[in-house]
Amino acid sequence: MIMKTKIKIENLNLWYGTFQALKNINLEILEKCVTAIIGPSGCGKSTLIRCLNRMNDLIDSVRIEGRIFIDDVNILDDIDVVSLRRRVGMVFQKPNPFPMTVYDNIAYGPRIHGIKDRKTLDKIVENTLKESALWEEVKDKLRTPALDLSGGQQQRLCIARCLAVNPEIILFDEPCSALDPISTGRIEDLIRKLKENYTIVIVTHNMQQAARVSDYTAFMYLGEMLEFDTTKNIFTKPKNEKTESYISGRFG
Amino acid sequence: MNVYKEEKIMKTLLWGSALFTVFILIAILSFLIIKGAGALSIDFLTKIPTDSGEKGGIFPAILGTLYLVTIAVLTAAPLGIGGAIYLVEFQREGIITKIIRFGADTLNGVPSIIFGLFGFAFLVYYLKLGVCILSGGLTLGFMILPTVLRTSEEALRAVPRGDKEGSYALGATKLQTIRNIVLPQSFSGIVTGIILGIGRAAGETAPIIFTAAILNPVLPKSVFDPTMTLPTHLYNLVSEATPDKLLNAYGTALVLVMIILITTYSALLLRRYFTRNIRR
Repeated sequence: MIMKTKIKIENLNLWYGTFQALKNINLEILEKCVTAIIGPSGCGKSTLIRCLNRMNDLIDSVRIEGRIFIDDVNILDDIDVVSLRRRVGMVFQKPNPFPMTVYDNIAYGPRIHGIKDRKTLDKIVENTLKESALWEEVKDKLRTPALDLSGGQQQRLCIARCLAVNPEIILFDEPCSALDPISTGRIEDLIRKLKENYTIVIVTHNMQQAARVSDYTAFMYLGEMLEFDTTKNIFTKPKNEKTESYISGRFG
Repeated sequence: MNVYKEEKIMKTLLWGSALFTVFILIAILSFLIIKGAGALSIDFLTKIPTDSGEKGGIFPAILGTLYLVTIAVLTAAPLGIGGAIYLVEFQREGIITKIIRFGADTLNGVPSIIFGLFGFAFLVYYLKLGVCILSGGLTLGFMILPTVLRTSEEALRAVPRGDKEGSYALGATKLQTIRNIVLPQSFSGIVTGIILGIGRAAGETAPIIFTAAILNPVLPKSVFDPTMTLPTHLYNLVSEATPDKLLNAYGTALVLVMIILITTYSALLLRRYFTRNIRR
């Protein structure tokens, strides 16, 4: 099977003020694969994926150099950020359902993009909840506040909310760090299932999680990408000694 | 002295301070009710005053105060909320936000008589609006603007960053995020600021003496007419202090306080109604 490159990062540098958080990052992310980005806290992994949907635009004093191609279009150029974020969904570290009902949370994205028809919205809500393995648990609670759900359910709701705008790529920014092991397991199952239809990039500081869910793994350290390979190779025969000592738990 | 005893004494003193606040409120209210309830009647609320306030009602003053407060809120709410949204969502922290915030805080400390003087010089004379409801309402609006702006700012700032990011990540624009995520969540805090403003605007005398108020018991026909108001009517009655006027003064005070209490309470109910689905 020939894999197509979905995202291509070229010579990416990023500064917060005078602090350089990303140093000359080069990375190719394949379509319909799970790519994990691992590394110790503060290595720049969240900063990196927040470049992929231009979330860093919201932060003052960020300066970015380099190029990021998604389907051969450089998204760091003067592009339509709204349609980019529609194509590149994001699930955050802390589940962040909006303080509204379960239904309205999922309908939020389609609504802001102009879908008003009730039946269409009903269909989207049902389909995305099924896709995110939450339907059975909430089908009778669509009109209750989303904040009444458990943490794990909230995170799956956020995944459903993200699917509702029909993205091509989903970015997961440490999606399980606020969850218990059972909820974590569910999210991981879901990620493995979602890669059939979506390109997935997941940031995690849980190495077992990277090993369990990803096809490719990138190891970052102090703003640099030290190694990138298939997950199998990274975990069985890492080439870089930093990678090796990180995955064997000697630091991090 | 043993520590438990010490704690007990402290607790009693602190309890006393807290209780004192409620005591003052109850004292003022019961004083007004005892002294003023006798003046209240349907006629008092619906008739115009006669014999310069000795007899008749206070209807023009009630109406005037309601007009003034409405214009004040219509002035201060859009400017205050708009300014707060600009500070929180559009302008990065820096010299500009500092200047605006310092300006608002200083404005908040300006005595109300100065607002009256400014309204008189700028609105009544320079803009030639004359002594009228519009001049007085705008003056009161300027006076409560910093309160509305700063409380709205606090309310907007309290909206979790994660909620806004979640909205942006779905492809929402800044305006969509403000309308759908930020404003509904900060609504309650913004209303609180407006309530504080209403209370102040309804009760102040100094800003309207030169800008809106007259003694003539006539009903205003438009916002370009001057009007009687509750605080200035009260002031005039007390300054002339005949027994009948004093009774009517207490009645007027009671009506003023009741209007403020009713507005505040309705705004609280409104706030609860609109935020019932927001948080658990």
